[in-house]
Amino acid sequence: MRQALEEIRTTAVAQISTAEEQALLEQLRVQYLGKKGELTAILKKMGGLSAEERPVVGALANEIRGQLEDAIQKRADELREVLLTRQLAEESLDVTLPGKRPAQGGLHPFGKVLGELEEIFLGMGFDSVTGPEIEYDKYNFEMLNMPKSHPSRDTQDTFYITENILLRTQTSPMQIRTMLQEKPPIRIICPGRVYRSDPADATHSPIFHQIEGLAVDKGITFTDLKGTLDLFIKQLYGPDTRTRFRPHHFAYTEPSAEMDMSCFKCGGKGCPLCKYEGWIEILGCGMVHPKVLENCDIDPEVYSGFAFGAGLERIAMMRYDIDDMRLLYENDLRFLRQF
Amino acid sequence: MKLPLRWAQSFADFTATPKEFADRMTMSGSKVETYESEAESMKKEVIGRVTELARHPDSDHLWICQVDIGQEVIQIVTGAQNLKEGDLCPVALHGAKLPSGAEIKRGKLRGVVSNGMLCSLDELNLSLNDFPGAVEDGILVLEEDAPLGQDAAVALGMDDTVFEFEITPNRPDCLSVLGLAREAAATFGVPFTASEPPEPTGDGDVSEYLSVKVEASDLCMRYSAAMVENVRIQPSPRWMRERLRLSGVRPINNIVDITNYVMLEYGQPMHAFDYAYVNGKKITVRRAAEGEQIVTLDGAERALTPNMMVIADEKGPIAVAGVMGGEYSGVYETTSRVVFESACFHGPSVRATSKKLGLRTESSSRFEKGLDPANAGGALRRALELVRELDAGDIVGGMLDDYPSPSKPRGIPFDPAAINRLLGIDVSEQDMVDTLLPLGFSVENGVVTVPTFRADVERSCDIAEEVARFAGYNNIPLTILRGEAKAIPSRRQRFEKRLVETLAGYGFWECETFSFYSPKSFDRIHLAAQNPLRKAVAIQNPLGEDTSLMRTTALPSMMEVVGRNWASRNEEAALFELATEYTPTEDPEQLPEEHKKMVLAAYGKSWDYLAIKGTVEALFEVLGVDTSELLVKRNEQGESYHPGRCADLSISLRGENGRMEEKKLATLGEIHPLVNEAYEIRHRVVAAEISVEALFEAQGDVPQYKPLPKFPAVTRDLSLVAAEDVPAADIERTLRKAGGKRLESLALFDVYKGENIGKGNKSLAYSLVLRDAGATLTDADADALIEKILAQLKQMGVVLRS
Repeated sequence: MRQALEEIRTTAVAQISTAEEQALLEQLRVQYLGKKGELTAILKKMGGLSAEERPVVGALANEIRGQLEDAIQKRADELREVLLTRQLAEESLDVTLPGKRPAQGGLHPFGKVLGELEEIFLGMGFDSVTGPEIEYDKYNFEMLNMPKSHPSRDTQDTFYITENILLRTQTSPMQIRTMLQEKPPIRIICPGRVYRSDPADATHSPIFHQIEGLAVDKGITFTDLKGTLDLFIKQLYGPDTRTRFRPHHFAYTEPSAEMDMSCFKCGGKGCPLCKYEGWIEILGCGMVHPKVLENCDIDPEVYSGFAFGAGLERIAMMRYDIDDMRLLYENDLRFLRQF
Repeated sequence: MKLPLRWAQSFADFTATPKEFADRMTMSGSKVETYESEAESMKKEVIGRVTELARHPDSDHLWICQVDIGQEVIQIVTGAQNLKEGDLCPVALHGAKLPSGAEIKRGKLRGVVSNGMLCSLDELNLSLNDFPGAVEDGILVLEEDAPLGQDAAVALGMDDTVFEFEITPNRPDCLSVLGLAREAAATFGVPFTASEPPEPTGDGDVSEYLSVKVEASDLCMRYSAAMVENVRIQPSPRWMRERLRLSGVRPINNIVDITNYVMLEYGQPMHAFDYAYVNGKKITVRRAAEGEQIVTLDGAERALTPNMMVIADEKGPIAVAGVMGGEYSGVYETTSRVVFESACFHGPSVRATSKKLGLRTESSSRFEKGLDPANAGGALRRALELVRELDAGDIVGGMLDDYPSPSKPRGIPFDPAAINRLLGIDVSEQDMVDTLLPLGFSVENGVVTVPTFRADVERSCDIAEEVARFAGYNNIPLTILRGEAKAIPSRRQRFEKRLVETLAGYGFWECETFSFYSPKSFDRIHLAAQNPLRKAVAIQNPLGEDTSLMRTTALPSMMEVVGRNWASRNEEAALFELATEYTPTEDPEQLPEEHKKMVLAAYGKSWDYLAIKGTVEALFEVLGVDTSELLVKRNEQGESYHPGRCADLSISLRGENGRMEEKKLATLGEIHPLVNEAYEIRHRVVAAEISVEALFEAQGDVPQYKPLPKFPAVTRDLSLVAAEDVPAADIERTLRKAGGKRLESLALFDVYKGENIGKGNKSLAYSLVLRDAGATLTDADADALIEKILAQLKQMGVVLRS
């Protein structure tokens, strides 16, 4: 009987260790260890053994059972690993194939630039306010120190709806509306569409976008104007950007200035973008004219303020190196997808 | 304003390279746009003398010239016929580039070597006006002597640098050489050396020749006139012609040139009349009479209206005041007596007249900015001084001067502390005074006296600007704003941002379109004749019909974009614009209403009706609208849309009166084929127009947490048969109503039409998820619920598919 057990051990171990499939292992398990298996069959015959032999053979049979179970488990683990390795190998992909992307959309260059500007000014405490594009003459011109027939109006060719209603030529009427409604301290930016009767070409458009700003409080100075706008430009174009202020004239500010920034392309050395001047004109600004404050019932003896205005088109076109303004209003996807 | 540098230097003795001059003037407030010197385009051009002139052996019109250019004698072949030996002329050497752009190379003309070219006026971009002694189709022969080999630009007076200034409307005084020279003197810290022209002296008395009457005294602040007898019309001297040419003014003759020269130097427009054509020896400044006409110097006949101001004689207008003189009374070769006018007209009136006549001149563009009446007298004396200098005629004694209220210098309290406070700097009082004096201001007893030519300086802040620009804007430090600041984007702003960004996330691209368009746009989007959207805000003075109406609907703008993308062969497109629409109000003196519309459009293989509807529904959900409350109704009246594929989306909201009101949020669907045709799009297009205001109001409250289910769900599929015209939305509503709380969710998974369910029917298959929040739902419970649902459906004619 012992011999029969040893034979089972030898044969079974050999079979198990060479089994190539999970199913075969299962079959072997049944064949040797199952209820009707060979090992069980031998154990059933143990009744015919002597009292001395029985425990010895029993122990041997259990030992063999344990050994076979282990061998099956071990082989099963081996097989699983082989299978997994094979499966993984078979499933190998060309990982350089193009990915499957979700549908891609995006903001217009204006939306992008405006968002950035708004965030910068928000951080400096400026609320963004918007208002009507079809405006009263008095808000667009008169209260801004540009009475009817003022020569300054010639620099802003205007579309009229009636004698007193027009398409705003600047977003400054929102400064007036805000000053009429709120008392200082005021810090706002006014982005939006403005209109001037210039036919569309590469650098002009009868509709364009402005972003203006206004700060009114006690003790605001020209140095604050310079500091705020310098900070803004450094936020937008990087800390190495320099600014320069030139005297200029606007009817609604005094003193008035134009601000240039060092060319972001050449750093100020001179290049085609800045026409070899090293500087790029970026915005107009100045201290709010006392007449404008008075018009809004704000006492210029107590309060002072500064205002500024820049063209969004100009900023966007420079930022993205766009050479024709009309592209911005054509909305060709081949254009829009580039931003 | 063009400024020849040497002219300015004759009043302010500074030296600077052109770049330095441009930079420093710009930084002190007179912006230089560009500058150039004709000499830049005249390299390798010298003066030479023709020493020998011989016929070309093989030509009947060419000449072989030997030209002495100082260091050598070179041979040049020319086709000009006006040369003789000894003539001095400009010679373009080998490698020269002419102002006209031509490049000169050594070569052979019919076998004879030519080492350059002798230049004509044309090749130097000059005209007979500049060199009246020259011949038009020949070589320019110099009248004055010049060293051989001298740079031709120098010899011809083409070596000065001309600066183009951008003069802001507040500084009409800088529309003059004197004004800019004064600024230059202050900028460079040198004395300003202009001198007052002397009082004119002459025989006779002008008042015996002429009288002046200003009737329109509200529009004419000053009218001065003087007379010159025995006028000797001839070209003005070369220095004057040069300065005029460099300033962009064509020299004509001495009298006309004097008026232009004084205008440029003083910024005071002048006019010269031929006395012979001033009828009745009387000049009246008045408003034009109804129906009056004048032929202006440019030869055009112009109809005048009573709000225009004219200079008239006894018979009628002889000039449009401040704009242009009349042709009839102009100065010509035959003129023997001249009346010089130097006047000051009301700026806005000149501006309006010039605009109405469509005639903008050097004169009108100066007057309209508001000139200093005090300047008119000096200008007239300067003109007479020049008459004497040029020997252009004999001055008649005296001047006529109607100047009822001479302008007085304005006084402004001088408050250095306030100026420093506004600028945020610390400039001493003395430094401020030192800045103001060279500009013509005086400071005494705490008052700044403003020169009359600086009408722009009215208050302390204007003085502050003078101080700041000469202290140097860039020497003023930078400070950070102090004080209270509280900036928060509004709910509406955040909402719009989310709206835009969500659509971009769905694959839509943002567009920006013009907010005005053509009246034809309404036809293109197929609007009925009586559609109220056709009533739009009209621009009085549009650039053209195409941009004449403010849009009442942004759909045409979007369709144009779709059309352009289709034409650009973009196979698929999904676009949106957050567009403003403008609705006129009853009262034209009230501002129109402006509303924001989110307009979507898409075409291509991913897009059909259900895709756009799904996009809008998903968008609504993201923005916090409870889409299960959404009412979807077929819209057969959406004129721009396919009548069978268009829907309105609305929601019930509590109105101001507390009652529930149905609020329309959007119209969406497939664009009408005729609209596609109008925009030349050969593809189905879907679109949606969403009211941003309504959507903003329709946002629900902050979502409240519901406990996750503890008990299992039962899923039942129902295949239903209904008549085709029963809307799915109605069936769904019944399912939800009958299912009650225990119907957790439902989803349509199949729509089928076919013979086997009967003609005119459709089959809809729904998957229902049933669950009870408090207990496990048994099969029997589920069956009972389904029975109830089916019973309800049966009432609306919807049955289970057998």
